[in-house]
Amino acid sequence: MSGHDPHAGHAGRLWRYVLSGCVLAFLVLPTLIVVPMSFSASQYLEFPPQHWSLRWYAAYAGSAEWRRATATSLKAAGLTVLVATPLGTLAAYGLIAAGVRRARAVPALLLAPLVVPVILVGIGVFYVYVRLGLVNTLAGLVAAHSMLALPLVFLVAKSALEGFDLTQETVARSLGATRLRAFLLVTLPQIRFAIATAGVLAFLTSFDEVVVAMFVSGGDNATLTRAMFDALRDQIDPTIAAISTVMVAVSSLLVLLVQALGRARR
Amino acid sequence: MSGRAAAAANRAALLRDARRERMRLFGLGTPALLLVIVLMVIPVGWLFWLSALADDGSLSAVNYLRLVALPSYRRILLATFEISAAATVLCVALGYPLAYTLSLLPERLANLCLLGVLMPFWTSILVRTYAWLVLLQRHGLVNEWGMRLGLWQRPLELVHDVTGTLIGLVHIMLPFLVLPAYGSMRAVDRECLRAAASLGAAPMQAFWRVFLPLSLPGVLAGALMVFILCLGSFVTPAMLGGGKVIMVANAIATDVQIFYNWGAASALGAVLLVLTGAILWAAARLAGSERLFGGHGG
Repeated sequence: MSGHDPHAGHAGRLWRYVLSGCVLAFLVLPTLIVVPMSFSASQYLEFPPQHWSLRWYAAYAGSAEWRRATATSLKAAGLTVLVATPLGTLAAYGLIAAGVRRARAVPALLLAPLVVPVILVGIGVFYVYVRLGLVNTLAGLVAAHSMLALPLVFLVAKSALEGFDLTQETVARSLGATRLRAFLLVTLPQIRFAIATAGVLAFLTSFDEVVVAMFVSGGDNATLTRAMFDALRDQIDPTIAAISTVMVAVSSLLVLLVQALGRARR
Repeated sequence: MSGRAAAAANRAALLRDARRERMRLFGLGTPALLLVIVLMVIPVGWLFWLSALADDGSLSAVNYLRLVALPSYRRILLATFEISAAATVLCVALGYPLAYTLSLLPERLANLCLLGVLMPFWTSILVRTYAWLVLLQRHGLVNEWGMRLGLWQRPLELVHDVTGTLIGLVHIMLPFLVLPAYGSMRAVDRECLRAAASLGAAPMQAFWRVFLPLSLPGVLAGALMVFILCLGSFVTPAMLGGGKVIMVANAIATDVQIFYNWGAASALGAVLLVLTGAILWAAARLAGSERLFGGHGG
């Protein structure tokens, strides 16, 4: 498609390019602008910083509370990957391999966590966890986050399997492989990039989640997002600019990693 | 046994095997389904049940009647609707031109720009909301530069109010509009426009009467998605509304965490869920559900 615009004169086109540029900047800049601000030496956040320093990173690393919250978030996100990725992949594989086209209820149910307002999941899970004694436990948090991550893993794995010819498995089995062996040796290696993507999405789902964590994580098992949310209610602490920068860096690195992996395949 | 009978028995056995195999494969989804059922279907069902109970435990509609009768709840429902509608309109107004421009760019450049649109998907909603808090505060960047440029004399109250909430919501929701809109615009057959031109349509006329209607399904699906996500938003109003903006989700959280009022919270939740479901159903009918789930929620 060429870049020419069939619908407007020069002025209109220019105006639209400017507007689009502004909207794009509106989307990207606010998150990025926090990065230089986090290296400010002053007590207040300023842009551009007059003096640079790592004091807010030192404040972050020096606080036992922030360190514990970071560890909790990383643990929860890692465990969520370990739970949600296999569960979602299994569900997608079962559905595709069984060739069941009519079973609409199963995908609908697996996708539901994507659209049910997360506040309802939050109070619902809280209600159940109070009775099960799972409030403020890592296991409870991981279970809830895994449930939220399932639809993403399911969607990614399903679309990868739809682009994969399952006859290859049939061939492997006709040559004597069991179903499990055929899956592990034939199918899995060919969809591994999709699975890696699904894993990253699961990680980010848990790592960035606020609302459910607010209800079911606390005390020693408070997540980073929960601690940030609580801290922000009182004041704008510059330490959080440093934490935000670290979070953006972690997420971006993961996404870039998956992109690079995907490109290496081609 | 005759050969034909044996063949029939064989076929029946094979069919039975195939069916059993299918059931076994299908069963692989059981753990995932169990997780969703135990942590979402049952709790949400429970909430619906709670919402139908009076304080003394008898069945009644009292929780719902209160939502209508009490001005405070009416105000919350109304505010939620108004803010969500305003954010949706703003998203369409800003997102449509952006999607349109991107759809005219060469594919490589468009993909690069889309990376910018997608960036919010991998940065935490909390980080983005914090950024706005920093930018919009009284002595924040926006006020500082606005005054330096002489656009306004004294600091504007941009945050801790509806303004801040709207800015934050539009920022978070825009990708949900731009992505499906861009998708349906790319899919428009440009030959239709050339045909319109060859039949004498002026460029603007071709846009309004041919391109716009063809791009509408994606835009509408995106707008409905934005609207329902706004209805359930919690973090943005809590952080950028400064306690002055109370949307349904905030009211639910307060009812549960501070007042232990599960009756009111569950009734509000039920209203939110039913509304969300109804709008989603409408959206799915307008455009395939595939397109609706192009991105992931925040």
